[in-house]
Amino acid sequence: MIEQTLFYIAAAVLVFAASAVITVRNPVVAALTLVLCFFCNAAIWLLLEAEFLAIVLVLVYVGAVMVLFLFVVMMLDINIAELRKGFSGFLPIGVTVALIMVISMVLVLASGYFAGPEYVPLKHAAEYSNTRELGLLLYSEYLYPFEIAGAILLVAIVAAIALTHRRAKNNKSPAPGTQVAVKREDRIRLVKMKTEQQS
Amino acid sequence: MIALQQVLVLGAILFCISVAGIFINRKNVLILLMCIELMLLSVNLNFIAFSHFLGNIHGQVFVFFILTVAAAESAIGLAILVVLFRNRGTINVTELDSMKG
Repeated sequence: MIEQTLFYIAAAVLVFAASAVITVRNPVVAALTLVLCFFCNAAIWLLLEAEFLAIVLVLVYVGAVMVLFLFVVMMLDINIAELRKGFSGFLPIGVTVALIMVISMVLVLASGYFAGPEYVPLKHAAEYSNTRELGLLLYSEYLYPFEIAGAILLVAIVAAIALTHRRAKNNKSPAPGTQVAVKREDRIRLVKMKTEQQS
Repeated sequence: MIALQQVLVLGAILFCISVAGIFINRKNVLILLMCIELMLLSVNLNFIAFSHFLGNIHGQVFVFFILTVAAAESAIGLAILVVLFRNRGTINVTELDSMKG
């Protein structure tokens, strides 16, 4: 019963915050309501006994990705009024498409197909650790995908820095390209001269 | 006791809200990126729900990888956004038509 109540509270806040993300004027407020979305989702994941991922969601998403979003939002000097033009024009079609999608999805999901006896969660013992199970799987069966995920993160770091990095204007360091392109003739001059007498 | 259907319906509602967000915020790249994050979140919710109710932890491993790729995607997306704003002075999608696509 308490689980139901918590689930409904988290779900209500989640839907409210998600609607706020797509409708508020100010991108900073949108980013902050998205943080609220992530928190509510983490609560629901905790109810579904995915403790490790719930904590990862809060740490990685709220702690890193959303802070990055907020940095970018506050760094850019964007004209909100200009971007809001045509908002009400697209509102009807957006709401219509979303309503049609949600009605069809709910009709399918509520048809009883997903209410069978095979969808009853297992009862775990008190010493069951979600993190331990996930770690065992991640470092054995999914070892190669795990390494690839690490490589993807490395690529993301390199790409983000290479895209946004600006050199200082009065930088005096030599350009590596021109240095590599130097030929022997550019630097060495051989001079022919007569042997001089030893005095 | 939460039922599987409740979580799936919540995921569907969340997904549709983000689809509507992509429709109505067509000009602002920042909000578009946030809507994509919201979509991935709803997909992750479905993965975790099935993982819980089928007693199969492989779904959570999938969520782990989706989170990784989504973090990389948003980092590169925001970097592109910053470069775009630096070069063009705007993030309005309708003005970014120099490639005539």
